[in-house]
Amino acid sequence: MRIEDDNAAAPARVLVVGASAAGLSTVEALRRKGYRGEITVLGDELHAPYDRPPLSKQVLSGAWEPARAALRTQEMLAALEAELVLGDPAVALDPATRTVHTGSGRELRADAIVIATGVRPRTLPGQDGLAGVHVLRTLDDALALRTSLLGCARLVVVGEGVLGAEIAATARTLGLAVTIAGPLPAPLALQVGPLVSGLLAELHRERGVVLRLGAGVEGLTAEDGRVAGVRLGTGEVLPADVVVVAIGASPATQWLEGSGLRLDNGVVCDSRCRAAPGIYAVGDVARWHHEQLGRLIRLENRTNVTEQAGAVAAVILGADQPYVPVPYFWTDQFDVKIQVHGLIPAGAEVDVVEGDLAARRFVARYRSDGVVTGVLGWNMPKQSRLRRAEIALSAPAGH
Amino acid sequence: MKVVVDEEKCVAAGQCVSAAMDVFDQRDEDGVVVLLTESPPPELADAVRTAAAVCPALAIRIEE
Repeated sequence: MRIEDDNAAAPARVLVVGASAAGLSTVEALRRKGYRGEITVLGDELHAPYDRPPLSKQVLSGAWEPARAALRTQEMLAALEAELVLGDPAVALDPATRTVHTGSGRELRADAIVIATGVRPRTLPGQDGLAGVHVLRTLDDALALRTSLLGCARLVVVGEGVLGAEIAATARTLGLAVTIAGPLPAPLALQVGPLVSGLLAELHRERGVVLRLGAGVEGLTAEDGRVAGVRLGTGEVLPADVVVVAIGASPATQWLEGSGLRLDNGVVCDSRCRAAPGIYAVGDVARWHHEQLGRLIRLENRTNVTEQAGAVAAVILGADQPYVPVPYFWTDQFDVKIQVHGLIPAGAEVDVVEGDLAARRFVARYRSDGVVTGVLGWNMPKQSRLRRAEIALSAPAGH
Repeated sequence: MKVVVDEEKCVAAGQCVSAAMDVFDQRDEDGVVVLLTESPPPELADAVRTAAAVCPALAIRIEE
């Protein structure tokens, strides 16, 4: 799957829509590769670019001042010689003229446009406007949640994925009574499979987190405009002073509706991360054709952002190479560091290849049809990375 | 070129080792970055810049 782009010359002007890690990394990669043309970065938030992984951990716990989450110093940003337009969201794109319209009425034109608008948290029906209910995506979200947590006793986290489990661990460390609710049997069951999600369930229970898993969440209960509890599909209500909804996120592509770009769970791109001639997507919003896997994928991983930004910068400057990363994410919960390289498909066979489960320090290897698809480290970051080379990504048989 | 690493910020992702294995390693016990040489030779400069750029924790600083 390839989109032809006849204009092989390096563009005179690049516009990056999105001023978070994906946008910033793209600018840095362009400059590192010697690009001297004009660059504009458009961001909807007023904050200078900041990093998200610390939001659910160090920023939420208070271990870090918020300023420490900044991705770069002012001097480093200035040295990039890019125009930063902050606090102004993109509202429309015309791919034919490569023009982006902004909320404040700006019209930004460029020869190459990089879409890096990320994702927005999903919410529960009835959540908007209800006091005491939070999502966590932005720095402001993290600070608002922290303020709420400091003044309450009981937190219910809706969502048993990576973000929900990290928030639960941080809040528990702050001394709150914490419950995780969600339909899956254990934390991260979709991401790490039954063995490790079972160990994560043990870990959270040992640290005092209450797991009410395996039942869908039907909605929220409220008293006087403030959340009072979380209602499960079973009819049971979990009482709460504060609720965090961490049930995944949707690509921020609303502004692209009507642009003619193909939108389907993200901005659909070819194997070069090109959505249309001169238009590219990077980061959580990009769903591109991974040539080794033989299908479209979209990753919401911090490490993917920098790798993909480098790949897209190279393509913008005339390289012709597919982006074929081995997916990788990490998560820190309590004193456990988990690294996941590759993919862990449902039903994959798992072996412990280093360390041991009882010692809570091991590397697990996952195989599907005899082929290694993923490697997971539990408190063994180096050893799991060393086994990354064993991973062979391929399209499933029959594709 | 001089390289400085911040062990406190390091999240043990190991991206720097993949980018420049002659300059960076990880501790066996917790995966935190180990700097093999503070002053890498010029032929490794590009790889070290890439390592600093792909570090998800901004734990690598380069003084040119």
